[in-house]
Amino acid sequence: MDWLGLIFGPDGWGGLLLNGAIVTILLALTTIPFGFGFGLALAVLKLSKSGIVRGLCEGYTTFFRGIPDLLSLFIVYFGLQALIDRLSSALQLTTHIELGPFVAGVIALSVVVAAYSSEVWVAALKSVPRGQQEAGQALGLDRWKTFALVTWPQLIRVALPGLGNIWMVLLKDTSLVSTLALVDLLRAASEASKNTTRPILFYSAAAAIYLIFSIVSGLVQTRLEKRANRGFA
Amino acid sequence: MLQTAQDFLSFIFNFDLLQEYGWRLVAGLKITFEVVTISVLIGFVLSYFVCSARMSRNVILSGAAVAYSTFFRGTPLLCQLYLVYYGAGEIRPFLTDVGLWWFFRDAYYCCIFTFSLNTAAYQSEILRGALSSVPKGQIEAGASLGLSTYRIARHIVWPQAFLIALRPLGNELISMIKASALAAIVTLLDLMGQTRFIFARTFDFSVYLYAAVIYLAIVELIRRVWGRIDKAFSRHVIAAAR
Repeated sequence: MDWLGLIFGPDGWGGLLLNGAIVTILLALTTIPFGFGFGLALAVLKLSKSGIVRGLCEGYTTFFRGIPDLLSLFIVYFGLQALIDRLSSALQLTTHIELGPFVAGVIALSVVVAAYSSEVWVAALKSVPRGQQEAGQALGLDRWKTFALVTWPQLIRVALPGLGNIWMVLLKDTSLVSTLALVDLLRAASEASKNTTRPILFYSAAAAIYLIFSIVSGLVQTRLEKRANRGFA
Repeated sequence: MLQTAQDFLSFIFNFDLLQEYGWRLVAGLKITFEVVTISVLIGFVLSYFVCSARMSRNVILSGAAVAYSTFFRGTPLLCQLYLVYYGAGEIRPFLTDVGLWWFFRDAYYCCIFTFSLNTAAYQSEILRGALSSVPKGQIEAGASLGLSTYRIARHIVWPQAFLIALRPLGNELISMIKASALAAIVTLLDLMGQTRFIFARTFDFSVYLYAAVIYLAIVELIRRVWGRIDKAFSRHVIAAAR
C-alpha cells in the first residue's frame, strides 16, 4: 500500500496535485467570463447588418473551430509574444514584457471558447422573438434594461445546455496549458510521476480528479438549467 | 509604410520556410491521416460493442459501458495518452512477458490505441442516441409483419439510426483530426509534431500559420464532403418533407 504514502504521506505528492487541481479550476473559471463575453460580442456582431463585420466574425469562428486547440494555444502564445516583442522594440521600450503561462493560457483558451460559444449565443439570440425587444421598448425600458430584464432571461435558457458542453470541453482543454510550463493538474501529475517513476498511479489520480470535476459540473449544469427553466413547464 | 507592411507580411508568411521544410509538413500530414483514419475505424467497430453493452439488460454489462464512456469522456485526452504512453513504460516487464512491448513502446501505436478507445466512447454515445431515437412503433410494426429480429435490425432500425448518426459521426471525425495534434506531445511526428520540430529549428512563427491553414483546409473539406454524403443519403427524407 505504498501508493497511499506516495500521495497522502508527509513527503507525498498530494499537495502538488491539489495545487495543480486548484490551478486547473482557476484557469477554467477565469477563462469563462472572457471567453463567454467575447463569444456573446461576436454573436451580436454576426447578426449585424454590415456584411464585412459578419464575414470577419464568421472567419474568426471558422478559423479557431477548424484548427486543433493545441495549435490555437501555440499560435496565441508564440504569436502574441512575438507581437509584443515587435511592438516594444518599435516603441523602443526598455522593459521586457513577457506573458506568463497563466495569462497566456487564459487568453488562448478565451479565444477558443469565444469561437465555440459564439455559435451557441447566435442560436440563442435568434430564438428570442423581436417582439420581446419591442415590447420592452414600448414599456419605456432603455436598451440595456431591455437586454438585461427581457432578452437575457429568455436567452440564457436556450444557451445553457450549449454553454455547459463548452465548459466541459474547456475543463479538459486546460490540460493543454501544461505544455506551456504552467503547473496545472496534469503537469503536477507529470512531475510527480517523473520523480517517483510511478506514472500509472499519478496519471490515474489526475484522471480521477478530472472525472470528479466533470461529474460535479454535470450536476451543477442540471441545477442551473432547472433554474433557468423555471416558469416554463 | 510599405516597409512595415512588407515586414508584417513576411512575419506572417515566410515562403522560404515552405521551400525548405514543406516536405516535413507533408510527411506529418501523412502520419496524421493514418492515425486518425485507423483510430476512427477501430473506434467505430468498438463503439458498436460498447453501445450494445450499454443497451443490454445485464446490469453489470451496462454499468461497465457507462463507466467506460464516463471515464473517456470525462477526462482529458492528453491525460489518457500519458497514462498509456508512460504507464506502459512502468509495466514494461509485464508487457514484455505477454509479448506486447513492441506495441506500447511505439508512440505511433500508443496514439492509435488511446485515440481508438477515446473515440469509441464518443461514437457509442452517438450510436445510442441514434438507435434510441428510432420510434418503438417501427420495431413493433416490423414484428407484426413477421420479420425476424435480425431483419428488423438490418432493414428497419439501422437504416434510420444510421441517417441520424451520420452528421454527429462527421463531427466526431473532425474533432478527432483536431485532437490528433496531441500525438505531437508524445514525440510523434504528425502534422503538429513536424510543425513543432520546424519551429524549434527556425523559431519562425509562420510555420504555425501554415499548419493552421492545412488543418483548416482538411476540416473544411471533410465538412463539405460530409454534407454532400448526408444530403445524398437523406434525399428521400427531404423529398417527403416537401
